Amino acid sequence: MTASLPIQDLRLEGITKRFPGVVACQRISLEVQRGEALALVGENGAGKSTLMNILAGLYQPDEGRILLNGEPVHFRTPADAYEHGIGMVHQNFMLVPNMTVAENVALGMRSAHRGLRLDLRDARRRVTEASEHYELPVNPDAQIWQLSVGEQQRVELVKTLCLGARLLILDEPTSALTPQETDDLLGRLKRMTSELSLIFISHKLNEVKAVSDRVTILRHGEVAFNGNTADHSTSELAALMTGREVTLPRNEGGGAGGRVILSLEGLKVRGDRGHLALDGLDLELRAGEILGLAGVSGNGQRELADAVAGLRPVESGSVRFDGEDISRASPHVIIDRGMGYIPEDRHHEGIVPSFSVRENLVLKDFAGARFSRHGLLRLGEMQRNASALKDRFDIRCSSTAVAAGTLSGGNIQKVILARELSRGPKALVAVYPTRGVDMGAEEFIHNQLLSLRSESAGILLISEELEEIMNLSDRIAVIYKGRILDVLASRQASRERLGLLMAGVVDE
Amino acid sequence: MSRWFRLLYAATVIAIAAGAAVLAGTLVLTLIGARPLATFGVVFSGPLRDVFSATEILVRAVPLTLVALGIAISFRSGILNIGAEGQIMMGILGSSALALKLSGWPGFVLLPACLAAGALAGAAWGGIAGFLRARFDVNEILSTVMLNYIAGQLYTFLLRGPMIDPAELMTGSGTPQSMRIPRAAWLDRLVPGTRLHSGLLLALALAFLTWLLLWRTTLGYRMRAAGAGRKAARYAGVRVERSLVVAMLFAGGFAGLAGAVEVLGVHHRAIEAISSGYGFAGIVVALFGGLHPAGIVPAAAFFGLLLVGADMTQRAEGVPANMILVLQGAIILAIVSANMYLNNPYAQERAARFFRRLGLARSPAASAEEGP
Amino acid sequence: MSAGHMVYDIVSLGVPFSVALLLAALGENFNQRAGVFNLGCDGVMSMGAFLAFLAPYFIRSGPIAPFTNLVGFALAAAGGALLGLLFALVTVTFRAPQGIAGIGLQLLAGGVAGTAFRHFVGGVTGVGGVATWPVPGLSRIPLLGGILFDHNPVVYLAFLAVPASSYLLHQTPWGLRLRAVGTHPRAADTMGISVPRVRYQALVLGGAMAGIGGAYLSLCQAKMFADDLVAGRGFIAVALVYFGRWSPWGIMGGALLFSLAQAFQLSIQVGGIHFPYEFAVMLPYVLVILVLALARRSRKLGPAALGRPYDREVRV
Repeated sequence: MTASLPIQDLRLEGITKRFPGVVACQRISLEVQRGEALALVGENGAGKSTLMNILAGLYQPDEGRILLNGEPVHFRTPADAYEHGIGMVHQNFMLVPNMTVAENVALGMRSAHRGLRLDLRDARRRVTEASEHYELPVNPDAQIWQLSVGEQQRVELVKTLCLGARLLILDEPTSALTPQETDDLLGRLKRMTSELSLIFISHKLNEVKAVSDRVTILRHGEVAFNGNTADHSTSELAALMTGREVTLPRNEGGGAGGRVILSLEGLKVRGDRGHLALDGLDLELRAGEILGLAGVSGNGQRELADAVAGLRPVESGSVRFDGEDISRASPHVIIDRGMGYIPEDRHHEGIVPSFSVRENLVLKDFAGARFSRHGLLRLGEMQRNASALKDRFDIRCSSTAVAAGTLSGGNIQKVILARELSRGPKALVAVYPTRGVDMGAEEFIHNQLLSLRSESAGILLISEELEEIMNLSDRIAVIYKGRILDVLASRQASRERLGLLMAGVVDE
Repeated sequence: MSRWFRLLYAATVIAIAAGAAVLAGTLVLTLIGARPLATFGVVFSGPLRDVFSATEILVRAVPLTLVALGIAISFRSGILNIGAEGQIMMGILGSSALALKLSGWPGFVLLPACLAAGALAGAAWGGIAGFLRARFDVNEILSTVMLNYIAGQLYTFLLRGPMIDPAELMTGSGTPQSMRIPRAAWLDRLVPGTRLHSGLLLALALAFLTWLLLWRTTLGYRMRAAGAGRKAARYAGVRVERSLVVAMLFAGGFAGLAGAVEVLGVHHRAIEAISSGYGFAGIVVALFGGLHPAGIVPAAAFFGLLLVGADMTQRAEGVPANMILVLQGAIILAIVSANMYLNNPYAQERAARFFRRLGLARSPAASAEEGP
Repeated sequence: MSAGHMVYDIVSLGVPFSVALLLAALGENFNQRAGVFNLGCDGVMSMGAFLAFLAPYFIRSGPIAPFTNLVGFALAAAGGALLGLLFALVTVTFRAPQGIAGIGLQLLAGGVAGTAFRHFVGGVTGVGGVATWPVPGLSRIPLLGGILFDHNPVVYLAFLAVPASSYLLHQTPWGLRLRAVGTHPRAADTMGISVPRVRYQALVLGGAMAGIGGAYLSLCQAKMFADDLVAGRGFIAVALVYFGRWSPWGIMGGALLFSLAQAFQLSIQVGGIHFPYEFAVMLPYVLVILVLALARRSRKLGPAALGRPYDREVRV
């Protein structure tokens, strides 16, 4: 695809999009001028990604229209969007892992698809050109699966530029980057606006302030605000985002850590691709504390959580839970001993989507004395339990008999939380507990974690959001390439220091 | 979406599925020069003409029900049992072998023992596939299909060799069949003059027990969780691999029992071609019955009707009996396609909006039911 | 019969025996690389075998007579392509679960073939079949000549299809699109590639190849048609794709391995060794199970999106 005409003016008018049970976008209108950087802001679930997917040609709007340079356009496929110069860098990269950079780019280049023989020369050339011009070092013959997350993101950027994008849409571009990489990217984006227009989606207000000229705030699928970034402070924007004053709960400290409840020594665990995801990891969690685990995703967090829960075999080293060695124990023994787990993928790992809320709430206890007798389920007790938990945890659903998979993300998380916390665990591993969840639910979840802490449970909080970790933790550990680089007391941890550790830099 | 609309939607989709099957059947019938209308007429009304044919419907329905119940258990547990054909054969071999071995024993012991033997043989055969899946992650569709062929060869081998009726050897006719099993092991006839036997009661009882198992016991909960949400089940401490094996044991056991029931109730000896496609037909019955005992029982009766009717068409309209395979295939394809719409909330929404525009359905309550 | 003689027989039989499997498996490979597995392959082969058989059976004289075999193969390919199209409709457009849909296709296709056969032909009848074309010169090489170069032309074409498939997959734009669709359909979608269209194309090609594989059975190997002619080879072909790790060369190796097992079964009978016939027939099926069990590692190397229907509108 050749570079298209510059985009003078892009306008979205009255865009509405419905998904089953929810209206994702309601009569949204916004505008981007040439060379402008527009930040699209809102809580998780506000409709930002959906709106941009419509602009990129992936979804079809139910109502409304798109005007490019004054002309109405209709994008039936992403290819249409690219032809008009609109390219998107998604949050989950759209890169085929076992192909090279050039091959990935060639997929989108019409010229590569002519004739019988695959010709990658043009693709390679374009990659090199774009890479040099925009200062995004990328090797056209590298295989995607070998690249780091930051490198893959660069490839995505180069790819969209090669395919002729004049307006770049970036969806949460910094979610998987270290603070330093983030600063680097934001700087680059700022420089790019001399040639391109940008729309970038974020829920991180400091980034919004750093890069954008204008900001549009979405709330519950509607435009809540539209204005110049420079005219408003971060707290004003935050208030506009949530519609009220929200201060997330903070860990006030106090409470000396109790006994060691979970102890990991020299832990070695293999990842899915056979490599050592955890390479001699040492960590201690005490009762009554929240230990935050900071790190760029992909450094072993998932394998750590899985190993502690007994879902992944431990190659060497030990895991001790309340004094007992659980390195070889099965998940169900570990659960019985009092370990709680809030998994990363709430929809597939936390609940059985087609089971009712009621049934999901007893997923770990159905065979116990309370909910069963002689192998038969005690349905009445299950129902009573569900009603009680629904109230206590503010689970919004019409009845506990509905399928849990139909609930919103925040409510699903509440179901999982309700189940785990009502069991009175001694330790809880929470993996990205507030990812994709709106601020109201986030506040609730944080409060629950803090109250669990005051009940002397130990909580291992694994999160991508530095702010969340810094707000809630007593101590913060940083994981890097399968090892704990350092553990800091919360007071001593600053964004810069953590950022360096996350990038693997240990200060001597 | 209102309940009423959802039911209407489901009914429409099933009707479409049935319609597609009828279409496929009609096409093939026309191709071979038969008269579609007359043929379907024979299929649906022929069996109802006299008592004997009517009871034949139930005779066919019994093994179909048993196989389908087992398949429903396995499907809901996340493992696709396509091996019922082979498991039925194992059930036949197990039950008839035991019956012949213990021929002197009294009925009240022999009969249950033979039924159990059949069920165990089938369970073991099914268990192989379950084990292969649990331990080696072998695709169970492939393994059960292979096991079908292996079972077929084993069956033929035994019936031509070690288990052949000595009378056949003496007369030299060499028909591959076993000796008649002792009268003590026979299932009683319910209606004199017909082949309908007490296996029917067994099938109905097992339908109830299957429902109980799946929805009222902890074991059933475990299996359904493993089937409906494998990852979540694992995270909750359910031993998913074990669950898969147990599901296949049940599925194989039910199929084996179906085989035993056919021998002890209908044919009274092991013969060739006894399973006659019940294994595959059972899959169709299970799907048609929505993988639920309450749906499977009527679906099995319906298929019994189709099977008896199909036999009749051979004589009446010159349509080969294996025409039924065409219908089964078409029904499966239609149902799984239609199911996608049944279970897909996106498609349901689109359809709901479509009907709303036509003014045929009420609009849903104002906003989404739940808050943030 | 000497052992050496028997080995030679087995190996030289193994080559032509592998053709039906090879063709069907190469076709199925295209399906799977695009993300769809077609368990109805067996039924498609039956249909192909039947359609191919019809040509020489009905056309005994007239201008087309000398080309009946060609017509047969063409019919088989067309029939297979149509069935592939039907399967694509069910699994790609309707997004039905591929496993069960495959079984449905198998029953349907096998049923139609069997019913039509019983009606139009009735009993077991032989046809002339395709004659061998020994490669001039090469076929005279002692030992190797007989094994490699003394076969009917379809055999040569089938083995040529192996490098051709590899080229198609890795050196053509279509192959690039195919592989992208099977590994990361959403990425391909964002690049403007129509995921459904590519999958349809793959399934039609795969169906046609399975049909030709079936035609080989009835026209070249058995030279007749019967209900149980295919005897599960279609399923074995699907298993071969896993075994061969989705690579045409690996599939070829697998096809040869299985056909050797079958050749072994035949020569045992001929050789007069006392081994129960039924157990020999069982051998290939047992082998499939063993192979599947031992090849578990390779699952992860397969196309990542295999078996999962793609819906652009599903909220990721």
